[in-house]
Amino acid sequence: MNFNDSEQQAQFRTKCSTWLHDNAQRKTQAGSDNPHGKRDSSEFLNAARSWQKKKFDAGWAMLHWPKIYGGLEASPLERIIWGQEEAKFDVPQGIYEIGLGMAGPVMMQYATEQQKQRYLPPMAAGEEIWCQLFSEPSAGSDVAGLRSKAVQDGDDWIINGQKVWTSGAQFCDYGIIVVRHDPNVDKHAGMTFFFVDMKSPGIDIKPIKQITGGSSFNEVYFNDVRIPDSQRLGAIGDGWRVAITTLMNERLAVGDANGVDATEAFEWAQGQDDHGQALIQNHAVRESIADWYCQASGLKNTKLRTMSALSKGDTPGPEASITKVVSANKLQAIGNFGIDSLDMAGMLKTERSEVHDFHNAWLGSAGLRIAGGTDEILKNIIAERVLGLPQDPRADKGLAFKDIPSGK
Amino acid sequence: MNLDFSDDQKLLQSEAQKFLQKEQSLQRSRDVLDGEQALDTDLWQQIIAMGWTGIRIPEQYDGLGLGHLELCVVAEELGRCLAPVPFSSSVYLFTEAIIKFASDAIKQDLLPKLVSGECVGTLAITEQLLAPTEHNINTQVANNKVSGTKIAVPDAGIATHSIVICKGVKGIDLRLVELTDHCNVQKQDTIDDSRGHFSIGLDNVDSLLVGGEGEGWELLQNLLDQAAVMFSFEQIGGAQATLDMATSYAQQRFAFGRAIGSYQAIKHKLADMYIKLTLAKSNSYYGAWALSTDSVELNVAAATARVSATQAFNYCSQENIQTHGGNGFTWEYDCHLFYRRAKLLSLNVGSLATWKEKLILGLEKTQTANVKQGV
Ligand SMILES: Cc1cc2nc3c(=O)[nH]c(=O)nc-3n(C[C@H](O)[C@H](O)[C@H](O)COP(=O)(O)OP(=O)(O)OC[C@H]3O[C@@H](n4cnc5c(N)ncnc54)[C@H](O)[C@@H]3O)c2cc1C
Ligand SMILES: Cc1cc2nc3c(=O)[nH]c(=O)nc-3n(C[C@H](O)[C@H](O)[C@H](O)COP(=O)(O)OP(=O)(O)OC[C@H]3O[C@@H](n4cnc5c(N)ncnc54)[C@H](O)[C@@H]3O)c2cc1C
Repeated sequence: MNFNDSEQQAQFRTKCSTWLHDNAQRKTQAGSDNPHGKRDSSEFLNAARSWQKKKFDAGWAMLHWPKIYGGLEASPLERIIWGQEEAKFDVPQGIYEIGLGMAGPVMMQYATEQQKQRYLPPMAAGEEIWCQLFSEPSAGSDVAGLRSKAVQDGDDWIINGQKVWTSGAQFCDYGIIVVRHDPNVDKHAGMTFFFVDMKSPGIDIKPIKQITGGSSFNEVYFNDVRIPDSQRLGAIGDGWRVAITTLMNERLAVGDANGVDATEAFEWAQGQDDHGQALIQNHAVRESIADWYCQASGLKNTKLRTMSALSKGDTPGPEASITKVVSANKLQAIGNFGIDSLDMAGMLKTERSEVHDFHNAWLGSAGLRIAGGTDEILKNIIAERVLGLPQDPRADKGLAFKDIPSGK
Repeated sequence: MNLDFSDDQKLLQSEAQKFLQKEQSLQRSRDVLDGEQALDTDLWQQIIAMGWTGIRIPEQYDGLGLGHLELCVVAEELGRCLAPVPFSSSVYLFTEAIIKFASDAIKQDLLPKLVSGECVGTLAITEQLLAPTEHNINTQVANNKVSGTKIAVPDAGIATHSIVICKGVKGIDLRLVELTDHCNVQKQDTIDDSRGHFSIGLDNVDSLLVGGEGEGWELLQNLLDQAAVMFSFEQIGGAQATLDMATSYAQQRFAFGRAIGSYQAIKHKLADMYIKLTLAKSNSYYGAWALSTDSVELNVAAATARVSATQAFNYCSQENIQTHGGNGFTWEYDCHLFYRRAKLLSLNVGSLATWKEKLILGLEKTQTANVKQGV
């Protein structure tokens, strides 16, 4: 056992960190002063764009991709090493993850060669941003319950319906979308997958105000929108299979819930007064921080086990499937702790960056427990896919989609 | 990057698993619980014959000269099948104390006998119905003679020797005592009688100093940190066994016309078991690394492994009973064997609260050290 890089890995790591040093600012310990502007602002978007372009020009943007699309053909392990090094730098995150993490692999697998050459490089360069149009008002956890209609018309498909919770739709250029072409067959059999130009006539995007006050996701209305059949990904009726490939990638793309962690809670508790003594002297606080530390350390070491498997050329086990459930819940607990530690004053928004971080953790974690698969769905996946327990009985089995009971 | 065991270590582990299964270790554990014996002597002899008692003992003393990582994989298997043997007392605690702190003369005398099984050791700490501290140890040592009473000492019935935590002139001492007929060793009833525990009355018993005089408390902490990592492997082995039992029961047991494993209340319970176990396992690997490299991070790594492994095994063994319904509450089903062992293991080198406190103290110490070094 060791935590050392092999010689080759160490060389690669140095290459990453040298380039990062020359091109970005190392994170300071002070926390999130957020030099790139407020999330959802055009200033932030521009900062994200130029960072993505810089990475692309040097090959780092999608380093595991084939060189013809702008990658470096890096191994999965090298990709992780890059991620570890980039995380040490203060760079704008959160704009490209969905497009690159979800639309990228699906285009890579299902688009024609010509399409790949046309769309993949600008996607990696951040010149064209992609979104994921899966969820609908009646289809979230149950994505296959979606109702947006696709009707074939010559070489085109005509799309009508509504998508919702579409992160980034307001500034995206393209989206991947799954729609229903046939409501008369079993629900999984009646779907087809496309990519769509978000500037197409008939698309209407309405930002949704979130509980954080920001608007990173949207309602997207489709009114007789035409998509050429050439933009179909997979066969007609194969939409579910294609969507599942994407959803598998989602678990990797979403991963850790970022924000304050055990270390920040520990440091805060050392500085904060609690009835005349340091908060860290409070036994309940010591126990809670010990719990979060063990969870954080458990996740970190789980990742290192995954890396170890990759490093030996083995397929990693299913252990990484616990990451989002654990980290999002931990984030929520730590947000609550930080706010509560201010007693009556905890309600106030202040300039103190730590307090700001606790407020963000408290609000943001509520969304992270839902986005990319809710806690409940992720636990079902662990129970069914990892432990092999039987599927839930279903009220929609063997019925044509149009005959399935629906509620709110 | 390699946070994993080597192929040789994995081979040792699978051999250990096969052996313990073939020898029906779990059934033997039940027999010890039901009977009058404090251990399964036959299984213990076979384990000695396989050389496991000498895993960490250098070859010059007839041992195998392997490392802590080999002990960890064996520990996981002993934990998986609740082996009713004095392995942990004699190997993780006593042998380690001798290897790390004893004089060459003591090593030469005892280490070969620990390999051959002629000598079995244990560690005697607790005296009262509360957590032992540097200030409440009353067992005295004067002129190398030890007097006092220890309770909840594992395996003292078969042990030939014990390290006894004593109050000496300069502070706490580790004292090596031979457990002869002069010592009053009495079996005590515990929550898990598949592992024998005893009280020891010592009245002017000869002893040898192990480690520096007055340094005993510090040495004990190091010994407990090491042992906590190995115990965490026993705990994840046991937790994995209960998750496997619960999963298989949930697939086969039907209620209201379907497998209980198709109800989300059960699914999510088992997913939570898996989550806790995975965190504990990853932290135990980290602990094993710190142990095997004698890292300065050992105290934090050990506490992290200990806390999460205790949480995992407690939770998994408890929810395994729940998943088994009424059957889980019967003596006949094995669920309670694991529930008992989980509780025993969660106490034996200190409670959850004790180790959470050690973890935070460790973080505070690391931080102070970092500040001093200007990190
Ligand atoms: C911040 C954020 C960003 C998002 N970005 C995108 C995006 O870019 N693109 C996109 O397509 N979608 C996106 N989503 C949507 C997200 O995928 C869905 O919100 C999520 O899958 C849950 O669906 P829902 O909101 O319809 O809730 P529902 O599915 O209605 O769930 C409501 C509650 O019921 C529970 N539930 C549902 N089914 C089950 C079941 N079988 N067993 C047990 N409990 C169940 C859920 O766990 C949840 O607690 C985003 C969501 C958020 C919060
Ligand atoms: C101490 C004790 C005393 C008892 N005394 C009596 C008595 O006097 N008279 C008598 O008739 N019975 C008695 N019982 C039996 C008791 O009522 C049953 O054990 C209990 O109803 C559970 O049934 P089961 O054991 O068959 O478990 P199962 O029904 O097989 O349950 C196994 C597990 O599956 C879960 N489960 C089952 N169905 C569902 C579901 N739909 N959704 C979610 N989870 C589910 C259960 O919660 C449990 O965790 C007693 C049991 C005990 C332990």
